[in-house]
Amino acid sequence: MSLLELKNVSKIYGELKALDQVSLKVDTGEWVAIMGPSGSGKSTMMNIIGCMDRPTSGEVLLDGKDISKEGNKNLTVIRRDKIGLIFQQFHLVNYLTAVENVMVAQYYHSMPDEKEAMEALERVGLADRARHLPSQLSGGEQQRVCIARALINYPELILADEPTGNLDEANENIVIDIFRQLHKDGTTLVVVTHDPEVGEVAQRIITLEHGKILRDEKNRNFGS
Amino acid sequence: MTRRKMFFRMITASLIRRRSRMLVALLAIAVGATILSGLVTIYYDVPRQMGAQFRNYGANMILVPSVESDAFETMRTVDDIMLNIIPNEQLVGVAPYRYETVSIHDQPVIAAGTEMAGARAASPYWHIDGAWPSKSGEILLGGETADLLGLKSGDKLTLVYTPEISDETPENENLSGQENGQENAPENADQSGQESADEADYIPGSELEMEVTGILETGGSEEQYVYLTLKDLQELTGSAGRLDVIELSVSATREQLEHYAERINMDIDMENVTAQLVKRVTQSESTVLTKLQALVFLVTAVVLALIMICVATTMTAVVTERRKEIGLRKALGASDQSIIGEFMGEGLLLGGVGGILGSGLGFAFAQYVSMNVFNGSIQFQPLLLPLTVIVSILVTGCACLLPVRSATDVDPALVLKGE
Repeated sequence: MSLLELKNVSKIYGELKALDQVSLKVDTGEWVAIMGPSGSGKSTMMNIIGCMDRPTSGEVLLDGKDISKEGNKNLTVIRRDKIGLIFQQFHLVNYLTAVENVMVAQYYHSMPDEKEAMEALERVGLADRARHLPSQLSGGEQQRVCIARALINYPELILADEPTGNLDEANENIVIDIFRQLHKDGTTLVVVTHDPEVGEVAQRIITLEHGKILRDEKNRNFGS
Repeated sequence: MTRRKMFFRMITASLIRRRSRMLVALLAIAVGATILSGLVTIYYDVPRQMGAQFRNYGANMILVPSVESDAFETMRTVDDIMLNIIPNEQLVGVAPYRYETVSIHDQPVIAAGTEMAGARAASPYWHIDGAWPSKSGEILLGGETADLLGLKSGDKLTLVYTPEISDETPENENLSGQENGQENAPENADQSGQESADEADYIPGSELEMEVTGILETGGSEEQYVYLTLKDLQELTGSAGRLDVIELSVSATREQLEHYAERINMDIDMENVTAQLVKRVTQSESTVLTKLQALVFLVTAVVLALIMICVATTMTAVVTERRKEIGLRKALGASDQSIIGEFMGEGLLLGGVGGILGSGLGFAFAQYVSMNVFNGSIQFQPLLLPLTVIVSILVTGCACLLPVRSATDVDPALVLKGE
């Protein structure tokens, strides 16, 4: 069953067609990489799937429900309940510790639970850095806190925007290993990246160019 | 952990761990609250402070005999007033006066019998070259009279009672209906006394040997008289209990004074007494107080406006520099209300802490001003502590409204855009 479906989705900024009649389906538990050069429409697609923007035309079905016409308030609720976001810049609250940053996501979702937040940090191997401020963590550690925060509310979809864009190779591998584990656990992953190494570990690779899907193919090397 | 606990954990973390930025806002609020609290303390204490200052300029209420009666019979009137009408703590000085024509070295002068302690308290501006009479047989000479008679402190003199032929005391005619008993003490007594001096019926024992203890210098009409104790004057005249005027120095506002005067004049037990305000003193006191309070009020309003501008500017800067954080919170599912609540929470907490600091520092500021301007300590107003905190919170809250409202306009897709 499809968790996410885009039907003829377009996003137009003035004369520019950032997305042009894009259609795709993402099944539950699937790990999809969306690749393409700068300006291909990756970020626009990420914003629309992540309920931070609405398409100019077309339908976006999340869990069978069309969210393309929803107002900001409802989009916020859908994003909070169904989507976990991972950013290239990590975007941690700089005056909160690692565990508090994870708890912020719980705070907006339901009820903060420090024990559970600690467990999420443990999953990404950061239990011993839980009381550190972001400025005291390396880039890789900050990204792992960001992943723990995205996981904490058990979202149906994890949406990662260039998750390894600011990481060195060692940390990139750590993040990819975490994604592998998440996929194994049944989490649906949509990873937007222009890094072939990150894209090639996904189960399915969608390549965008000029706002259109150029290729949509299964990764034959997946799992190897 | 409850959501409320997390809320406080987040806003306190923001204030504590971003203290360099928040310190500016806190400082602005604390300084504003200090001035606010200080000025309000002064505003409420000014009447008391100025009242005390004005008491240096002499009596502000006089009691004169009513038309029907010539003079007071006893000091009981004063006791009644003190007991029933004017609270004792407001009564700074009570100076009863009885005026009689006497002669010294064959020169007619007006002798004022009074209670020296009361006169001293009611007329603190009197400058005495020498000392106040402290016992029977001592006399204080007005500067003009001393010059006329060629007397100085330490000289001895004989005071001779020279009663007037008429039963009516010239003093009473002059005093009734006048504003200031001392100022308007018998002007015509000089003449009438002079005319009647030779014809005076000497009463046995109507001479007193006195010693001059001091010369009174005021630059006013007080220098035309001589002052001795009521007891000595009664002994000289052979009649006791009579008073021509009572001067009261009351630490009260003009409205209170008018109220007291009205009560005295309406009191049937004191029908032989008419209370009058010394308008020269009460009017200026009232005018100065009104202007001073208006000035303090104006400055307070300006300070409040300045705090609002300062806090609003700081909060605008805070919101601007935290746009990414706001975007992130929205991306994580924060509603506009949550964002407003968190930023307002920070602002209000700052307002509260600034208010507490300000109310303490404000009292110190008011105390400093009071000591330097009024030469007296200020009374602590316990209500001012919660009031300052509440006003600081309200002002900070108002100042935060616009910047915080603008925080909800942040578009997470834009501010979180990767590079």
